[in-house]
Amino acid sequence: MGANGTKRLALVASKGTLDQAYPPMILASTALAMGWEAGIFFTFFGLNLLHKDRMGRLQVSPIGNPAMPPPLPQFPALKVPNVVGMLPGMTAMATMMMQGMMDKAKMPSVTELLDICIEGGVELFACGTTMGVMGIEQKDLIPQARCAGATAFLSYAADADVSMFI
Amino acid sequence: MATEAGIKAVQTLDCKGLLCPVPIIRLAKAIKSVQPGEAVEMLATDPGSVPDMEAYQKQTGHVLLVNEKQGDAFRFVVKRTK
Repeated sequence: MGANGTKRLALVASKGTLDQAYPPMILASTALAMGWEAGIFFTFFGLNLLHKDRMGRLQVSPIGNPAMPPPLPQFPALKVPNVVGMLPGMTAMATMMMQGMMDKAKMPSVTELLDICIEGGVELFACGTTMGVMGIEQKDLIPQARCAGATAFLSYAADADVSMFI
Repeated sequence: MATEAGIKAVQTLDCKGLLCPVPIIRLAKAIKSVQPGEAVEMLATDPGSVPDMEAYQKQTGHVLLVNEKQGDAFRFVVKRTK
C-alpha cells in the first residue's frame, strides 16, 4: 500500500531494447490511470530508458531472436537468418520495421509513455551500481531520475501491492 | 447520449483503432476533468478494452454504466463517483 492507502506498483526495468522498453512504461502508465502510484527501478541496460541521449535511440536486433516477425508477411517461413542479421544495418532495419509496426498501431513512443509516467509522478530509480559500472553520471540522465541502490528500491517495493521484474 | 441509468455522458472519447494503454489513459484523464456524478462515454475497438474497463471499475470505484457492442466497436459509459 502506498501513501493515502492507494495501491502501489513496483517494477524493475532491466532491458534496454526497443521491444522490452514498452512493458514497464505501459504498466506504470496504466497503474497511474487506475489511481495507483508506481515506481520503476532502472537497472543494467534498462537504465538507457532514462539516459538523455540513448532513450530516443533504442533498437531491436534480429539476431538470436526467433520471435522476430518475417520482413515479408506473405512469406512467414522466410525469417531473417542469424548470419544475415549479422550484416551491418540489419539491426537498424529491424528497428525501423518495429517502429513502423508501432506507428501503424498508433502506439505512443517509449518517450511519450515516459512523459506520461513523469507527469503522473512515477518514481524513477536509477540504479547506482549500473551508473558506476557503465560510467553513467546523473547529468547524463533525465532530471527526474533519482540515483538509488537496491536497498532503497526494496524498501519501496516492500510496500507495493504488485511487483514485477522485466 | 442517455444511458439506462438516465445519466447523460458529458464527454465522448473516440478511441477506435487505439491499443492499450492509450484508451485507459485517455479515459482516466477525462474522468478527472468531469464532476462526480457525471459520465464519460468511450468508443473502442480493442477487444482487450472489455476486461480492462471492468478492471478499471473494480480498481477505481467509478461505475461502468454501459458496456455494449455497437457495430464494430465497443461502447462504454463510465460515471465518476468521487
